[in-house]
Amino acid sequence: MQLDVQRYARDTCVVLAVLGELDLAGAPRLRQSVVSETATGIRHLVLDLTAVDFIDSTGLGVVVGALRRLRAHDAELSVVCPEQRIRRVFEMCDLDRVFTLHATVDDAVSARESV
Amino acid sequence: MSSNARPVGSVEFAVPPMPEYLQFVRAIVGATAALDDRLQPGRVADVRLVVSEAATNAIRAQAAIQVTTPILVRCDLTGDRIVVEVADHGPGFDPSAVPALPEVETPERLRHESGLGVSLMRQLADSAELESGSDGTVVKLTFVVADA
Repeated sequence: MQLDVQRYARDTCVVLAVLGELDLAGAPRLRQSVVSETATGIRHLVLDLTAVDFIDSTGLGVVVGALRRLRAHDAELSVVCPEQRIRRVFEMCDLDRVFTLHATVDDAVSARESV
Repeated sequence: MSSNARPVGSVEFAVPPMPEYLQFVRAIVGATAALDDRLQPGRVADVRLVVSEAATNAIRAQAAIQVTTPILVRCDLTGDRIVVEVADHGPGFDPSAVPALPEVETPERLRHESGLGVSLMRQLADSAELESGSDGTVVKLTFVVADA
């Protein structure tokens, strides 16, 4: 399945819901979406990986790059990742120590609001 | 398939060195590995992940020197192991010289959006052999299959 990225606003956040396989073929599509959002002065971006069927180290690299870009603009990134098979790839690369992996978009939004 | 009829055989194919073919590579190699029903679904996912990493590196290596020769992918079921090979015609590299990434919690780590592929292959496969020279790289990833 070719990667698709669907954008919607949620409270004060923008959510990018990613669908499909996040690899070298899909990475440019998501990277461009993140770059576009960063340029708008966004404060909080939620990457929803619930519908991601596959992720590899290239896909993880896009998520790491998103965090770097957002921090450079004093913005925040939250990652929603309920599927164990996807969480496991984060864990194997120790990136679960960098990202809090939320179970739902609601969790990601409310966790930020409670800070 | 019963454990008395373990599939033995090989699947070999060539793909253009283009990212659009990664999904195809994962599908074929994953489906071949899954023919051995002793391999747990989680390990089939591991096979799909490591072949994706190897093929991604192959595509990047050839893109770096603009070589369009197809990448060769092979999956052998030997009865007691699954062996995946990916061969490219890139410029080669020294596998022992792959630099370690900065500690994951340091700001420097965020500057590295790649470099995890070889590490994942070594973590997930029972053995990962990389032979590299000026005429290309062959990655051989072995998964041991054992009776429950």
